[in-house]
Amino acid sequence: MTSPRGRMIAGLMILPAALVFLAFFVLPLVRLVIAGGEGPDGWAGYGVALADARHLTSLAETLALSIAVTLATLVLGGIPGLFLARNRFPGRALLVSILTLPLAFPGVVIGFMVILLAGRQGLIGQVSQLLGGDRIVFAYSMAGLFLGYVYFSIPRVVLTVMASAEKLDPQLEEAARSLGARPWRVFRDVVLPGLKPALISAGAITFATSMGAFGTAFTLATRIDVLPMVIYTEFTLGVNLAAAAGLSLLLGAVTWAALALARSAAGAGVAAAG
Amino acid sequence: MRNRTLGFWLQLALTLAVSAFLGVPILQSMLAGVTRNIFTGVWKSGLTLDWVGQVLTLYWPAILLSIEIALGCLVATLLVGVPAAYGLARAPGRLARLAEEALVLPVAVPGLALALAMVIAYNGWGGFRQSAWFILAGHVLFTLPFMVRAVLAVMASSDLATLEEGAASLGAGFFRRFFDVVLPNCRSGILAGALTVVTLSIGEFNLTWLLHTPLTKTLPVGLADAYASLRLEIGSAYTLVFFVLIVPLLVALQLLVRPRTAKPLSQDPS
Repeated sequence: MTSPRGRMIAGLMILPAALVFLAFFVLPLVRLVIAGGEGPDGWAGYGVALADARHLTSLAETLALSIAVTLATLVLGGIPGLFLARNRFPGRALLVSILTLPLAFPGVVIGFMVILLAGRQGLIGQVSQLLGGDRIVFAYSMAGLFLGYVYFSIPRVVLTVMASAEKLDPQLEEAARSLGARPWRVFRDVVLPGLKPALISAGAITFATSMGAFGTAFTLATRIDVLPMVIYTEFTLGVNLAAAAGLSLLLGAVTWAALALARSAAGAGVAAAG
Repeated sequence: MRNRTLGFWLQLALTLAVSAFLGVPILQSMLAGVTRNIFTGVWKSGLTLDWVGQVLTLYWPAILLSIEIALGCLVATLLVGVPAAYGLARAPGRLARLAEEALVLPVAVPGLALALAMVIAYNGWGGFRQSAWFILAGHVLFTLPFMVRAVLAVMASSDLATLEEGAASLGAGFFRRFFDVVLPNCRSGILAGALTVVTLSIGEFNLTWLLHTPLTKTLPVGLADAYASLRLEIGSAYTLVFFVLIVPLLVALQLLVRPRTAKPLSQDPS
């Protein structure tokens, strides 16, 4: 439909969505950039905010947390995902349901799950006390946040890896085995490269979510200085708009780049499979 | 049954452990929500629906508002998103791909940053800023890409152009084609998009926390409030109420999105 009439219809159909996008995304973002430059330091406020030692520490800690969460989730979600895609046994459907259920839990609920596991009255503390040790409590810290983000991200990795593993060609593995490759070699040289686009895609989404998530940290404690919490306190308590705006834009750029990587990896995966 | 290898059992053990990690706190919270006193335990204190009742009296307005916003969000994303997906599918060339990329941007930026920008931009608009419409606007912005992508994926995989050409050659006008050919062929995508939109809207917190006012609290805002200030049983009961709302949606989505036939494996891959 490349006729002028066709183009016009296509344009008109996109128009309402474009207006929503302009009114609630583009315009606010422009206002945010301007508001950040209206502080006492003017545009230099951005430089001051981004050079602030506390902000830089927070950025480094958030990056480290997100990388650790991504690696842990790829292992803890990837192995069950691959396992469930290639084995049939009684109870399998139940495990798939449990492993994918928290996919759309909000951050606050994830935070509550962490409190139930590792909080003051949490299961881990009770078990550790029963075993004669101290009551282990780590929910209200970076470790609790790590647990929460891994919890939140496992379902996505499981789903992505399962979908990708079901598309792998079993003949490739058979060929490798018939040529005498040991199981570990088959896994490393045949299966893992086949899953690579899925792992990159799910990993990038996990990373972006861990960088930008707010609800879990908010539920656990306001003292966890991850970047979203710093933005929130700068905006509400510090009323430091330059810092809040600058860090928001920085955070948005990081998560956008990670997700762009995810999409291009997924695209390459589709191309390779088709 | 084939003989299972050691690798099978190790992987099964890890899968079970990870499932327990995800499942146990969910069960814990559901149980705590109906336990009379969690500190003395469920066996000694017994079961009760008192906490659920308290949650419903305390937070009914928040729960109701969340359902209303989710339904409003669904209507808006259907009216705006489905035509947009069609436009993107039919518009050729680079401009359409660029528009597609742009529309997905609101998902790529953390909700907190989006909400901050919206609050600053609409601060002067008192009536709108204070109302639930403001939250709805944020939710529509955030969920619209999911609707567009779900519908676009189905449109891309079905040969829409040929179907429409066929209909056009039989004399069907644009509206006739859109409602009688395009929409029925995208049913599965629209349904998947609708379930995703409602699920995301009901649970949305990252945006909503900055957008809400004391008079426009949503369900997750109330959850944060209950976790922070009320006893564990009430937080758990509230979480239970949330699960009752959200789990049917998630299960429906899983059944819908799951690939229809999994390839049977010819041999044990270990």
